[in-house]
Amino acid sequence: MSCTENKARLAERQEQWQVMVEKALARFPERKENFATTSGIEMKRLFTPADVETIDYNDEVGFPGEFPFTRGVQPTMYRARFWTMRQYAGFGSAKQTNERYRYLLEQGQTGLSVAFDLPTQIGYDSDHELSDGEVGKVGVAIDSLADMEILFDQIALDKVSTSMTINAPAAVLLAMYIAVAEKQGVSSDKLRGTIQNDVLKEYFARGTYIFPPQPSMKIITDIFSYCKDNLPNWNTISISGYHIREAGSSAVQEVAFTLADGLAYVDAAVKTGLDVDVFAKRLSFFFNVHNNFLEEVAKFRAARRLWAKLMKERFGAKKASSMMMRFHTQTAGCSLTAQQPDNNVVRVTMQALAAVLGGTNSLHTNSRDEALCLPTEDSVRIALRTQQIIAHESGVADTIDPLAGSYMVESMTSEIEAKALKYIEKIDDLGGVVKAIEAGYMQQEIGDSAYAYQKSVETVEQVIVGVNKFTIEEAAPENLLRIKKEMELEQLKSLKAMKANRDAAAVAASLKELRRVAESGDNLLPVIVSAVKTYATLGEVCGVLREVFGEYIEG
Amino acid sequence: MKDLVTGLLAGKVRPLAKAITVVENDRSGKRELLKEIYPRTGNAYLLGITGPPGAGKSTLTDKVISKLRQQGKTVGVIAVDPSSPFSGGAILGDRIRMQQHALDDGVFIRSMATRSHLGGLSKSAVDVMHLMDASGKDVIIIETVGVGQDEVDIVRIAKTTVVVMVPGLGDSVQIAKAGVMEIADVFAVNKADREGADKLFSEIRAMLDMIKDKDKPEIFRTVAVDDVGIDELVQGIFAHGDKVVETGLIQKKIAEKAESELRAYLLDSIMERSTTMTDYDEIVKRVADKQITPMDGVDEIFAGLGMTIKES
Amino acid sequence: MDKKIKVLVAKPGLDGHDRGAKVVSRALRDAGMEVIYTGIRQTPEQIVATAVQEDVDSIGLSCLSGAHNKLFPKVVDLLKAQGAGDVLVFGGGIIPDEDIPGLKAAGVAEIFLPGTSTEDTIAFIKENVTTA
Repeated sequence: MSCTENKARLAERQEQWQVMVEKALARFPERKENFATTSGIEMKRLFTPADVETIDYNDEVGFPGEFPFTRGVQPTMYRARFWTMRQYAGFGSAKQTNERYRYLLEQGQTGLSVAFDLPTQIGYDSDHELSDGEVGKVGVAIDSLADMEILFDQIALDKVSTSMTINAPAAVLLAMYIAVAEKQGVSSDKLRGTIQNDVLKEYFARGTYIFPPQPSMKIITDIFSYCKDNLPNWNTISISGYHIREAGSSAVQEVAFTLADGLAYVDAAVKTGLDVDVFAKRLSFFFNVHNNFLEEVAKFRAARRLWAKLMKERFGAKKASSMMMRFHTQTAGCSLTAQQPDNNVVRVTMQALAAVLGGTNSLHTNSRDEALCLPTEDSVRIALRTQQIIAHESGVADTIDPLAGSYMVESMTSEIEAKALKYIEKIDDLGGVVKAIEAGYMQQEIGDSAYAYQKSVETVEQVIVGVNKFTIEEAAPENLLRIKKEMELEQLKSLKAMKANRDAAAVAASLKELRRVAESGDNLLPVIVSAVKTYATLGEVCGVLREVFGEYIEG
Repeated sequence: MKDLVTGLLAGKVRPLAKAITVVENDRSGKRELLKEIYPRTGNAYLLGITGPPGAGKSTLTDKVISKLRQQGKTVGVIAVDPSSPFSGGAILGDRIRMQQHALDDGVFIRSMATRSHLGGLSKSAVDVMHLMDASGKDVIIIETVGVGQDEVDIVRIAKTTVVVMVPGLGDSVQIAKAGVMEIADVFAVNKADREGADKLFSEIRAMLDMIKDKDKPEIFRTVAVDDVGIDELVQGIFAHGDKVVETGLIQKKIAEKAESELRAYLLDSIMERSTTMTDYDEIVKRVADKQITPMDGVDEIFAGLGMTIKES
Repeated sequence: MDKKIKVLVAKPGLDGHDRGAKVVSRALRDAGMEVIYTGIRQTPEQIVATAVQEDVDSIGLSCLSGAHNKLFPKVVDLLKAQGAGDVLVFGGGIIPDEDIPGLKAAGVAEIFLPGTSTEDTIAFIKENVTTA
């Protein structure tokens, strides 16, 4: 039978089926009038070959490891090696966190992921007045190289890959990492890992910015340039949609705003004279994985395809490695419920499965108790085991991109790609991401989505099991992990002791040199590396940069 | 009430804040309060800052506050944001950009929603200005979105009104239509580092050539986020103020201001009496039913109030 | 004239997660209240100075970083020191149950945990604000 005959037959059959549907609807109306995803994409009753008719397999879907990478970035994907199982962890002091890291490595985790406390993320030492109450709370407190040495004690930095969630002061923490490695006898070209270093999303989704956009972009391109020569295996940025989604965006907005940020970084780097085919392979991405399973799988596939096309079309990238989007995924923190927390294990499982079916390169699974507090060791282990069960028992990793060819998934992939591109073009019209941030565009869009979602939960249009339906009376949870009050005092004490024991003149000289370089516009990395080696603190280094570059004010 | 007045006149923060609430909510005691402080007003420099949404008014205001503080002047700020027409509520977010002054005793910032009642905002905003004035603030800035008549009315009573414009916000002719061009004493072309700033600058100049026959307002270029051009702007503001005094225009402004305040209360008072002391709704209905003209309706209302109408 | 309820929604400390604060702000606006939003990274001193100048009826504090035990009571104490102890203070965020009694004893009127409906927050404010 010819293709046209097939099509005609399909249309005819669909009409017949529609008659049957109408009859069924007359007797049993559907649960809702409209079925739609978080991004407002219609979930049709049924997807058929007609929905994928316009999608050219060779151009749009293709083969794993090949442009446009819809099916994944490696030719054999998980058949060679599972995704990296990387649990984000850090709390309290460097010593406590070091113990957690060594536990996780013993349990079979394959990479480290450092969570820093808020003062560290905003470039304040633990003794700064704004640090009061925040030290060691959402991550580990790092004031100086001394803390960093303890954090990686007995962890061989040439054997492990380390991801650091650090943005505005990324250069300083990277410098400390380089210095610790050097003390271990590991040269910087051996270091593998990632710094988040994605300041743009801080302005509209996460809030740990320090400097205004312009100097921030300058520091970021300094890092690109320094790493190209000194840390060739380091991922210099992790362009993050995770926090955009946590702030309340839809899946489409997550893809769009993340890629728009990515384009801004590439643009900035190209403008400083870097060759796109040299640095682009070190760009990595970081996404959220939320509850709407099929939309999420399609989202990852759409993001990969759209990025590949944009790199090719907008920047003339030639190497495959410059166009392939590699990404880390974390299950959605905002989807966790404080009510019936064990249900979160199930949510995380489904989310993790969506990430794997979407071809993630590494994965963090949240712990069930994170809507209540920092995760306990037991909870973290279950979260890691969830990944291990998907990898070793479910069989989904044995064939590549198994949902490809699903009428629904392919159709949704194209739809998300098209809608995300529309947003990106809107941001182009506004003059790019920085101008769009100043105009409050993304903030408004995300705020609208977050509010609409909240309303849908309150009207129980969106059911959250255990929260607005199937609720029970619960006793308060027990055995939560708390950061002891003494921790902050001990950190202050050790900071004071460290300052008393260092070579004050060397510190002063290094900070003076830092100021000179910052004012000159030269690359900041070498001088920051020198400064942290004198045990100049994070707050001191960022303090000099604050004076030179100014601080960003929300608005 | 006595304590409130004493505290306010002594420049204390909480009595001023409480007094503003009394005025803003039209609470009992408002009349007495205003009577007490009215003679103590007239010393502050009233500065209006207006312009379209997205022009960077709040950031500009923030920087102007800093300059004024460096000169040792105390500052009161009234930041106006629109109320939701649906719920009557509002999100007042202008302060975000001014929070660096939150702990400065010499700066008092108050957010105000436009609320819905006709002419109400300008009336209560003016009264709030009086309160800040009486509490000893040297300069009072009122920041509004320059779109509605209400907002235009407020800045009309300022000694100096700065109109903030920004390149890339679309058709500047629209702004001219809204009447903002006419009220500007000083222009600030903000975000002047952007493409289109020069064009906007010359467009404003050209428009002024067309519609103004008196002194041309000065136009300043600013980049408020980077604190660029603010010194010059502040100098320009005070230069305008000096000129207003030198030319004697100030007398006219004061009279205009008094007249506009009086009129606002007069209209309000007539409306209130009309709706409470006459068959107002019934008269409205008859106008709607085309039984009488609106002018006849007015005569009936006035008759109901015991006022005689002179035939003209 | 009807009295508008004025609420200051503030994020004390360094936590930048403002989704909840912004959603609550919108919900309060849609319930007819006037909301002053001051953005992230506010010190308790800034929050209280703002509350006093704005003469708000209530303050909603949001903190997800775990610093609530230090920051929330400090806001209440500073309010009292300014003679504004009548301002209704409530909080929200990731706050362990076991911290709630301590926060309430310190003068925080109510704590809303993740999953709270904004309707509950609105009802709470309407019932407890003293609009004298």
